[in-house]
Amino acid sequence: MDAIEKNKSVVDVDTNGQSNGHSSKGERLDVMKTYKIYIDGKFPRTESGRYYPLLNPNGKTIANICNSSRKDFREAVVAARKAQQAWSSRSAYNRGQILYRIAEMLEGRREQFIAELVETGSTRSQADKEVNISIDRLVYYAGWCDKFQQVFSAVNPVESSHFNFSVPEPMGIVSILSAESSGLLGLITAIAPAIIGGNTVIVLASTAKPLSAITFGEVLNSSDVPAGIVNILTGYRSELLTHFSTHMDVNAIVYFGNNQEEIKLMKESASLNVKRVSVYSEKELSEERSQNPYRIMDLQEIKTTWHPVGQ
Amino acid sequence: MKKNKKDVKLNFDTTWSYAAAPESSDHVKIKDTYGLFINGEFTDPLSGKYFDTINPATEKKIASVADAGQKDVDKAVAAARNAYDKYWNKMPAKERGKYIFRIARIIQERLRELAVIESLDGGKPIRESRDIDVPLAASHFFYYAGWADKIEYAVPGARAKSLGVAGQIIPWNFPLLMAAWKIAPALAAGNTVILKPAETTPLTALTLAEIIRDAGLPPGVVNIITGAGGTGSAMVNHPGIDKIAFTGSTEVGKIIQKALAGTSKTYSLELGGKAANIIFEDAAIDQAVEGIVNGIFFNQGHVCCAGSRLFVQESVAKKVIRKLKDRMETLIVGDPLDKNTDIGAINSKMQLDKIKQYIKIGMNEGGECFQTSCALPSKGYWHRPTLFTNVSQSSRIVQEEIFGPVLSIQTFRTVEEVIEKANNIPYGLSGGVWTDKGSKIFKMTTALRAGVVWANTYNKFDPTSPFGGYKESGMGREGGLHGLMPYLHLDN
Amino acid sequence: MKTEYYFSESPVIDQVGVEERIARFNKRSIKKESKMAALKLAMSMMDLTTLEAKDTPGKVKQLCTKAMFPHAAIPGIPSVAAVCVYPNLVRVAKEALKGSKVKVAAVATAFPSGMSSRKVKLEETRWAVNEGADEIDMVISRGHFLAGEYAYVYDEIAAVKEACGKAHLKVILETGELSTLDNVRRASDIAMQAGGDFIKTSTGKIQPAATLPVTLVMLEAIRDFYYETGKKIGMKPAGGVATAKLAIQYLVVLRETLGNDWLTPDLFRFGASSLANDLLMQIVKQQTGVYQSIDYFSKD
Repeated sequence: MDAIEKNKSVVDVDTNGQSNGHSSKGERLDVMKTYKIYIDGKFPRTESGRYYPLLNPNGKTIANICNSSRKDFREAVVAARKAQQAWSSRSAYNRGQILYRIAEMLEGRREQFIAELVETGSTRSQADKEVNISIDRLVYYAGWCDKFQQVFSAVNPVESSHFNFSVPEPMGIVSILSAESSGLLGLITAIAPAIIGGNTVIVLASTAKPLSAITFGEVLNSSDVPAGIVNILTGYRSELLTHFSTHMDVNAIVYFGNNQEEIKLMKESASLNVKRVSVYSEKELSEERSQNPYRIMDLQEIKTTWHPVGQ
Repeated sequence: MKKNKKDVKLNFDTTWSYAAAPESSDHVKIKDTYGLFINGEFTDPLSGKYFDTINPATEKKIASVADAGQKDVDKAVAAARNAYDKYWNKMPAKERGKYIFRIARIIQERLRELAVIESLDGGKPIRESRDIDVPLAASHFFYYAGWADKIEYAVPGARAKSLGVAGQIIPWNFPLLMAAWKIAPALAAGNTVILKPAETTPLTALTLAEIIRDAGLPPGVVNIITGAGGTGSAMVNHPGIDKIAFTGSTEVGKIIQKALAGTSKTYSLELGGKAANIIFEDAAIDQAVEGIVNGIFFNQGHVCCAGSRLFVQESVAKKVIRKLKDRMETLIVGDPLDKNTDIGAINSKMQLDKIKQYIKIGMNEGGECFQTSCALPSKGYWHRPTLFTNVSQSSRIVQEEIFGPVLSIQTFRTVEEVIEKANNIPYGLSGGVWTDKGSKIFKMTTALRAGVVWANTYNKFDPTSPFGGYKESGMGREGGLHGLMPYLHLDN
Repeated sequence: MKTEYYFSESPVIDQVGVEERIARFNKRSIKKESKMAALKLAMSMMDLTTLEAKDTPGKVKQLCTKAMFPHAAIPGIPSVAAVCVYPNLVRVAKEALKGSKVKVAAVATAFPSGMSSRKVKLEETRWAVNEGADEIDMVISRGHFLAGEYAYVYDEIAAVKEACGKAHLKVILETGELSTLDNVRRASDIAMQAGGDFIKTSTGKIQPAATLPVTLVMLEAIRDFYYETGKKIGMKPAGGVATAKLAIQYLVVLRETLGNDWLTPDLFRFGASSLANDLLMQIVKQQTGVYQSIDYFSKD
């Protein structure tokens, strides 16, 4: 069943982010946007058929958002695994180009993102700033694509007659619980360092601010990002946390936030397959310290290769 | 004119055999009883308990060793914390480095003694303890000593701080070397240490404690406490420890990871493995055979990165297996202190039983078993070099880590097939690739999901070379620049 | 048919792997009775050699005496396997060794360079055999080999083998000029395939002469040839094996590569001149426990 059809309170958004409720008599009725999830380059509804109403600050329903299930997550992991090898075999240059392309697309659709952020509670200037930083952050990581390997690789001067070098490689599949407090920037802060290093991700968007996440999926879908690289779910952390952290085909998990109970549960579950766990604060998302190459490296393994030197 | 190939057989049962060549152990003084090394001195355990460490080659007791209880761990943690606050964290980094250099030098000076103790306590051949374990332990300290005052160059764009007190738990397969792998980077990064050696092999770590004392390190900077799983568990759960570094089984690694979930402790884990060693038809076959032998029979196969799953391309499988069997026949199993011994004693009765259990499992699964014909001593724990053919990915002896001199052999036809099989396992510590073709090597080393890939070589270690696993083989690296990271907190 | 030669599929050799293997062999510790046995075995495998343009019948006769009775003072010392000389001194050596088991080996085929016509080489071979040589040590044409003309090298060895008649043929690869272990392996395969009874490292006139890595590669070639054909080919490292310690290291490599069947002068020789006295000194040292001086051993 379509979320919007179900929705009796049809909402319109003007450029100021003000909801003007029902259309006035004689005016054109706006076409509403349907917010679905993003898996394997497609926009399915949750297989569970469950939704939660997203309310604007005035308490009015903006949209019905997919309440993703563990099966949606499972499908997303399958898509991410299928896509991972080809993604990591792309040239770093190519991945950089794609990241930059995402930034370009975001720039082109900035008004939509601003509007959606405003709808979920940001002021216009907050939204404007968040979109700006998001775009810049994508450009920042686009630039790292073909450089972090050089900074963090090593040629190791071993004693024996061997050539020995260590390089970073993607961990593989990363599940991400992105910042609850931020609709767009939190998402990009989490996704960008993961994918530029060749990982593929399943990200759970902010429950309260999911609109930009799905629109961001549309941006990805139209900016040369292959299917399955980024998979975006909406729903509840409390319901999905265990699956995000237990799934045996997920190699690493990234958590934004400070809920000690959740963190403990996640870390315990992660031990099932020795998953790598990264926990970041969501407080300083707009600060420069929330972007650095060490966040790329947190999702990289170091591989060392030996070969004899002789004839 | 070809003879029937069945008649063509090399004969290694030779009239000229090697006389016993035992390494002298007269100069080695092992005490009857060892206390705990806490706060710079050997002390009696508050637990009042001791356990025996035995020589696995003779089954005879070597010494009594203290069994650290909770209060002993408390005491060690307090000593390490005090040393961190009072000395180590305040000391100029270059001075810390000089202490670590001193440790390296004294290990070199006491090399023979350490090698003999290592072989007595753990059963490994003196050739290995003398030429590999102890020299590498010394070179590890040398390598990391130099890092102490250069950390800023290891973390571009960030500021690094030490973590505080590191609790380190090490296994019995490379007792002194693992102690060096743990202690050296921890100290260089500015941490103080509580190290627990494995209960079957505590003696070289305790000798290292003497060396650290003689090097004049401030009291409490390194504490070495002995005990079994209970002692390790007390360390893992101790609130006064900031970091746990563990090397051992994946099973215990998972327990530790889980136990640390609700704490702010950081951890690095070096766990099990089941490495694929892959021989392509275009490889230098005779050197590859040697690599297979080094891969699985080094240290009785008690090696987490052992090349225990051999994959041979079908076109050369017969040739390789024949050569391998002939090579295995020349391996000498026996007295660890004999300089000619290739394969020493299995570390403990428990481990020997486990290996034997896997041999049974392999047979029951329909595996074809080959063992060499060498004689074994009557006393002690021994196992002949063994290989299994007629096994598949689903066999338990192919999937599970045996940690003994047991090799399983599978064949393959194509590059894609062998990549798939090699990665078809929860582990990802290491792998081997043998081919003369450069581009194939790079394809393979990229495709293998493992932290260390040896191409046309195997089981090489160096302090400058990072070591550690993907997937269930652990997390974090030891060795090299990357080996500093698990002991640093980055402020970026 | 030449394209089907087995040597066209000679395996590649990894130099570092070979050197590591040798390093491990060298860690064998040979003591007490096993050392004594090795010293005597090495003595029995000696090709006592003099290959100088200034060689005379007098010099060769003295060498032959040494070959038969290496050290009269000690009983139980075996005689060497052969005396190795230039063709023009074969008759002298043969006469001097009469009644003993010591063989006469002659270098031939325009030794040491081999830079002559095939006709001359075959003629020289037949002449040396006719003079009484039991064994012929020929050199391969390294220039042709390095130019990739393997069939030429093969054909030449096969022709010399035919010219040898009943005499055993040792094929000198002159590994010091072959540059790589891959070449050593291929040359070994060609020599065995073409009919050589022994393969031999060096003339002694080029440095490096015999080395342990080269010897290992050649022994492995012999092993593969044995696996393939059931035929046992002999091995002779020559030049550079000057000490008993080194000779024992060679024997360790031999024992663990080819096994018991090759621990005999029929299948393994040392081409050396000064090795004999060092072996003797070590034997006496083993017997008496006293370190020896060369003044007590004959320099023939």
